[in-house]
Amino acid sequence: MTRKQKRLVMIGGGVSFIVAAVLLVMVAFSQAIAYFYVPGDLMKADLAPGTRIRLGGLVETGSLKRGEGMTITFSVTDTLDTVPVTYTGILPDLFREGQGVVAEGSFKEGSPVFVADTVLAKHDETYMPKDVADRLKAQGVNLGGKENIQ
Amino acid sequence: MIIELGHYALVLALATSLLQAVLPIIGALRNDHALMEIGTVAAKATFLLMALSFGVLTYAHVTSDFSVQNVWENSHSQIPLIYKFSGVWGNHEGSMLLWVLILTFFSALVAVFGNNLPETLKANVLAVQAWIAVSFSLFILLTSNPFNRLLDAPGEGRDLNPVLQDIGLAIHPPLLYLGYVGFSVCFSFAIAALIEGRIDAAWARWVRPWTLAAWTCLTAGISMGSYWAYYELGWGGWWFWDPVENASFIPWLAGTALLHSALVMEKREALKIWTVLLAIMTFSMSLLGTFLVRSGVLTSVHAFATDPTRGVFILMILILFIGGALSLFAFRAAHLKAGGLFAPISREGALVFNNLILTTAAATVLIGTLYPLALEAVTGAKISVGPPFFNMTFGLLMLPLMLAVPFGPLLAWKRGDLLGAGQRLFAAVAFGLVVGSVIYYAQNGGPIMALFGIALGAYMIAGSLTELFLRSGLGKVTGAVAWRRVSGLPRSVFGTALAHIGLGVTLIGIVAVTAFETEHIVEMKPGMTTDAGGYTLRFDGLRNGKGPNYSEESGHFTISQAGSEVAEVWSSKRFYTARQMPTTEAGMRTFGLSQLYVSLGDDMKDGGVVVRVWWKPMILCIWLGTVFMMAGGAVSLSDRRLRVGAPARAKKQKKPVLEPAQ
Repeated sequence: MTRKQKRLVMIGGGVSFIVAAVLLVMVAFSQAIAYFYVPGDLMKADLAPGTRIRLGGLVETGSLKRGEGMTITFSVTDTLDTVPVTYTGILPDLFREGQGVVAEGSFKEGSPVFVADTVLAKHDETYMPKDVADRLKAQGVNLGGKENIQ
Repeated sequence: MIIELGHYALVLALATSLLQAVLPIIGALRNDHALMEIGTVAAKATFLLMALSFGVLTYAHVTSDFSVQNVWENSHSQIPLIYKFSGVWGNHEGSMLLWVLILTFFSALVAVFGNNLPETLKANVLAVQAWIAVSFSLFILLTSNPFNRLLDAPGEGRDLNPVLQDIGLAIHPPLLYLGYVGFSVCFSFAIAALIEGRIDAAWARWVRPWTLAAWTCLTAGISMGSYWAYYELGWGGWWFWDPVENASFIPWLAGTALLHSALVMEKREALKIWTVLLAIMTFSMSLLGTFLVRSGVLTSVHAFATDPTRGVFILMILILFIGGALSLFAFRAAHLKAGGLFAPISREGALVFNNLILTTAAATVLIGTLYPLALEAVTGAKISVGPPFFNMTFGLLMLPLMLAVPFGPLLAWKRGDLLGAGQRLFAAVAFGLVVGSVIYYAQNGGPIMALFGIALGAYMIAGSLTELFLRSGLGKVTGAVAWRRVSGLPRSVFGTALAHIGLGVTLIGIVAVTAFETEHIVEMKPGMTTDAGGYTLRFDGLRNGKGPNYSEESGHFTISQAGSEVAEVWSSKRFYTARQMPTTEAGMRTFGLSQLYVSLGDDMKDGGVVVRVWWKPMILCIWLGTVFMMAGGAVSLSDRRLRVGAPARAKKQKKPVLEPAQ
């Protein structure tokens, strides 16, 4: 091969690999990401059943039912709207009523209950997931300056 | 008084860093030996002062001096001594101090061991190191001072975050920082080369050991962090593609690429400009990681401490260094003579292939990590980019690299023989297929991708051994001759083989645990049993206990196989009183390379308890593989070729080669 051909092979190979990577990233962004909602957004969102989302808010006080079988039910609220959630498994250590939570999962066909397969709770005594804090603030909920302060 | 001494040492360290940042570079410009020598002295002094400062903070933590705000916020008089030590860096201020301490440690290493370097190069490297040290010392003093006092000293501290009260915290951050910050030396070498406008194979030879050392530590840090998360968080997960994990993984990928491209530069004087760029990018990614973790811009399980003013400060540092370095690169890169060409099918070609894939993969992880931030900033929409995205993009992109790994060392420099290499790898391919089929029968089928992944891992292991086997000539010569040949090989050959074997072992672990793990969530009362991975787990009952600063409830389980008891395991839930915080202490039992992982959930009203049981087949391979990689790094580092040879030649070219930019 001449120098020119060698260079052409190298550059061509590199460019086609990068193009493939870019395409892959674009496909993945259209398929493999989850949007974040608080209960108040869901009414407007009109989601297709089975769409994976993250649902964030506060665990409504008095809504948590545990200790009766393995499926746990609770409600996620942004203080105006509330969504019932079911989850089978062991809740994170810091899951508590009145505290911030992010649940990942989807709505099943024709059901208003959000079926979560992952539940993330805030993990520091004064830490609230930033997504939740921002949305709650946008909804006018007073957080008492608790979020994001050590 | 002692506390103020630490504070004062920190300020003095800033002052000596300033000297180190300015004087040597002027000395290099004027060829003034005395000025250049100041860099060496200042680097050692800065390190000693930082060490003193860090020692004082450690003293405050160990003696539980709650008049220091940092100690009060993050410590407790009752916690075990080891957590008083590790608690020093278990918080924002202390961990930044550790960051700078390690930075100055590396500067001091350059000062001490850099006598072989050309004088001007050493002076410039030390100056660049000092620029970084000045920025971060200022950051600590202005926004995150660990020596702030409280007017009324409280009687008791607020406790260290219980999740951090673990031996993992003692080891993970220092190792991670040794890696992260170790790349600063490569960065400084790259900037120094750009300032001087000269770069040659000897440069690559000086940079390689630093890269290797930093890479080895970063590998250890990431691996340790992964294992820590695995056993501490009680979810049984070992990698979450969490932004903070990505923040350490991106520099690792870039550093791995740098390790390979420096090889090409050292051996063949090619890829010079690319290697310099990669050295800059690797440390830039480390800085970006520091920014992501320390600024709190991310929603993350790791974002323990957040403060926007700090974020802005680090962002400024980030822009200054990355922007400055890339501008310098743009102006000066043309001055560096480009290296020779080579055939696409050659050792160099293989290493370029490696670099292409690793940097693309690093870019993909970077995009996945930053995209949610960018999208939120632009449109306000919030998304989460999680494991599905990364598995799809990163996983697929790495596939061709994994296939190519055994080929690289078998190809000759300049012009290689792909077909010949393929033929020599025949045995490795066959081995991979055999392993794949054995798993197929053992598991009665199984997902085809998983079988392929395990076969791929086995092929990589066998393929990496192929080179050693061929070089020994075993089968053609007697055993004694083969042994002599193998023991005469340069250590870096073993290092390469070890690291590549490690990659294969890790891959097998990842694939096996992803495809074949089983998870049960069951409600158990004492005496009940459940099956997992061929073992039977019997719940025997709960017991209440008390630790120094927590109370706990532990479940006892007996593990039996085919009717006979083989092991027992405790799994606990702890409640830390000072912070009113519960943690899960999962119970684990190891069988070979596999583990049974038990965590406790809620107590039931009828006296039972929810138990989550995982069978994690081959999971230890994930970390065992990284141990191989680290061993590979360490063995390569001990190669004589990295320590001798180059210096003698370099000393002759002492005259400054700086030419005005046209």
